[in-house]
Amino acid sequence: MRHLRLISDNPNIDFFKPMRFWLAISALGVLLTLVLVPLRGLNYGVDFLGGTLILAEFSEHRDIGEYREALDSLGLGEVAVTEASGGSGGQVVLMRIGNSADSASTQAEVVPKVQGKLNATFPGAKYLQVDNVGGKVSGELVYTGVLAVALALLAIMAYVWLRFEWQFALGAVISLLHDVIVTIGVFSLLQLQFDLTIVAALLTIIGFSINDTVVVFDRVRENLRKYKKMPLKEVMNLALNETLSRTFMTVFTVLIALASLLFFGGPVVFGFAFATIFGVVIGTYSSIWVASAIVLWLGVKRDWATKGESKAGTQFGAGKA
Amino acid sequence: MANYPLWKRLLVIGICVIGTIIMLPNVFYGRVETANDAREAVARGAELTPELERDMALWPGWLPSRLINLGLDLRGGAHVLVQVQTQEVHAEQLEGLWPDLRDKLRDLREQVGSVRRLDAGPEELRIRIGSAAGMDAALKAAQEVAKPVFSITGTGAREFEARVEGDQLVVTLTDAQKTALDQRTMQQSLEIIRRRVDEAGTREPSIQRQGTDRILVQVPGVGSAEELLEIIGKTARLSFHGVVNRSTDPNVRPGLDEEVLPSMDEEGVFYVVDKRAVVTGEQLVDSQPSFDQNGRPAVTFRFNPSGGAAFGQYTSENIGNPFAIVLDNQVISAPVIQSHIAGGSGIITGSFTPDESARLAILLRAGALPAEIVVLEQRTVGPELGADSVRSGGMAALVAFVGVMAFMIAVYGFFGIIASFGMVMNIVLLVALMTVLGATLTMPGIAGLVLSIGMAVDANVLIFERIREELKTARGLARAIDLGFEKASSPILDGNLTTLIAAGILYAMGGGPVRGFGITLALGLFCSMFTAITLSRLIIATWYDWKRPKTVVI
Repeated sequence: MRHLRLISDNPNIDFFKPMRFWLAISALGVLLTLVLVPLRGLNYGVDFLGGTLILAEFSEHRDIGEYREALDSLGLGEVAVTEASGGSGGQVVLMRIGNSADSASTQAEVVPKVQGKLNATFPGAKYLQVDNVGGKVSGELVYTGVLAVALALLAIMAYVWLRFEWQFALGAVISLLHDVIVTIGVFSLLQLQFDLTIVAALLTIIGFSINDTVVVFDRVRENLRKYKKMPLKEVMNLALNETLSRTFMTVFTVLIALASLLFFGGPVVFGFAFATIFGVVIGTYSSIWVASAIVLWLGVKRDWATKGESKAGTQFGAGKA
Repeated sequence: MANYPLWKRLLVIGICVIGTIIMLPNVFYGRVETANDAREAVARGAELTPELERDMALWPGWLPSRLINLGLDLRGGAHVLVQVQTQEVHAEQLEGLWPDLRDKLRDLREQVGSVRRLDAGPEELRIRIGSAAGMDAALKAAQEVAKPVFSITGTGAREFEARVEGDQLVVTLTDAQKTALDQRTMQQSLEIIRRRVDEAGTREPSIQRQGTDRILVQVPGVGSAEELLEIIGKTARLSFHGVVNRSTDPNVRPGLDEEVLPSMDEEGVFYVVDKRAVVTGEQLVDSQPSFDQNGRPAVTFRFNPSGGAAFGQYTSENIGNPFAIVLDNQVISAPVIQSHIAGGSGIITGSFTPDESARLAILLRAGALPAEIVVLEQRTVGPELGADSVRSGGMAALVAFVGVMAFMIAVYGFFGIIASFGMVMNIVLLVALMTVLGATLTMPGIAGLVLSIGMAVDANVLIFERIREELKTARGLARAIDLGFEKASSPILDGNLTTLIAAGILYAMGGGPVRGFGITLALGLFCSMFTAITLSRLIIATWYDWKRPKTVVI
């Protein structure tokens, strides 16, 4: 009986040959994001922007412009209307109204005003979801979102530093930052809605990517003890090859799960599933070509097990090996 | 591999069996919920109808019947985050101090000269003292008025602080007093909101304090956040005042100790009333919706003895005068007192709808909020969207499950079956754990669950790949399996701990649904460690001891 194999049993790929190329691509991706996000902006959801979101089902199908007109006549904030999928036969419409005034009390009055107008103009509306977030709360949500990602990165850096060496910690955190930044870049490029669930997705990506990175690092550490004379580059290459089969397996199972979430999970988790799928792919890539490449570039002191054998350790740089 | 002691085997099997039993009610969610509701109704003293009996029979009583909490986004309901305007209470306290201080200063007129209160912010009381020589005496008087706060620590901190700024005496609240007031205001607000929501008879509401001055109210099954706000949003401060004058001029000047209040129903009508209330809502003991003689909706009320006495005395002395019933600084109505009203009960009429009178009765019964509240965030999820989410989440989980299982079996054969069984147990234990801990399952939580289906096999993959490698060095199958589990444990531990960091931060920082995702992810990690390492090792060891295979295709 022969089982399915995603890759050959004894892969022998030289991962570091195209290292400069991939590092350049990654740097480019990060740079493009840093330019793109200020220019194009992110399509923030009500969570971060504040304002009102109404998802309603109407018994009759109408032109979207009619809804927009009705809402515009109220003179509230900026109005965006799109048709959404789902519902039971009727027309499902997603309406977003921006925050016009910062005052919290006037914000809360927007919802009854809008619903009153909609009920009067289009009788028989069924409200599936109504969100109203005041400017104060949305500002805090942005702040806690950024803080959460920053804290996660710091905590992981501390942990990896403790369990490995500072070079590994630095490599891991730079690769995680890279994952987060590039994912945000894709959200800006495609103008997908960026809300609280996407922050959850970013933290999930961080969790997955670090898991992947740590598995590789763990094997590097084991091989460094096993092959004391082997150059660092070869040790790392061996570790990457040895863990490659596992890497593919895990990515595959996670992608199966996420793909089913993307296709069957409905509109609420679509953005989350999309972000996580992208992040898992980019996270796996960065474990090899960003995290490991940085460790190789920084070099590692090889005196874990044999303290005192060679006092200064042996430094290996990328250029030497 | 016979090194598995019996107690360890029994423990692992026991955990799995108990987990399955606890998880079981969730499989029949609708049935169990109906049965639970029926039992609760009976326990509350409802009559045992055949209908209730039939509902109870849906789920046997001796089985566990606890269900996982579904979040608002899955069952539909309303979520409202409000901020209590605690500084209002500060201003009130200072306002309450003023009459005492004014009297004290008036007694010292010869020393301090003329005394005049200046307009100042809500956080301070500013008084201009006529003669500079009397400033010391004025300051002393102000300090005498300030009483110490009683606190558990026993430090007799003062309520007020008085200081001199030029020719002005400035009185402010001390920080200790502000903290104590805020604490009390929040506790009262929480209690009153809880009473109001309970009175309205909604199911399983959650009312939590958030941060220093916020309250989060989540009520499943409520049609909309506005409905919820109708109940919790009103301050509902009721008071009865003597009427001095009725006017249509909004700029009418009230006399000393009088104020102008608008009418609730009559547009453009204002009442000048005594600032001091005859009786307040705090002295109410009961309030019910009712109808007046003409069949219009009304609200009845009853005072406690002291309120009743004050009310009786006032009405007997003021027959023929109008009397204002004031709710949240608006005059509901101002009927003329026809006769002495003894017994301390009465009726409020106005242009109410039956719904409004029922709501007002709830508000009056539950008591007034100590301060106004401002809505920061409101969210409503319709029950249809919730049901849709449950359906699509379930579908996604099922597809993920079958897909990952098929893939694992295709790659690892027999070992893949073991991993798949571990994965099933992982989900079972995760749901059981969430049920026991009372964690809430949200839509992002389901996403976390689906994700953990994919991640759960990672530990198995690490172990199996390692066994594969160890087999190459050909030291025998038993040794390879042992080494596989042993050597894979280091990366499994590191990987899971780092993911746990991310999950912990999601839990700590995220609100509502995102927090639900963090919980699911973190608990999923613990469960997967157990099923992927402990459980699958036990199964493989048992299988090995039983079959004694020379080699295995993995």
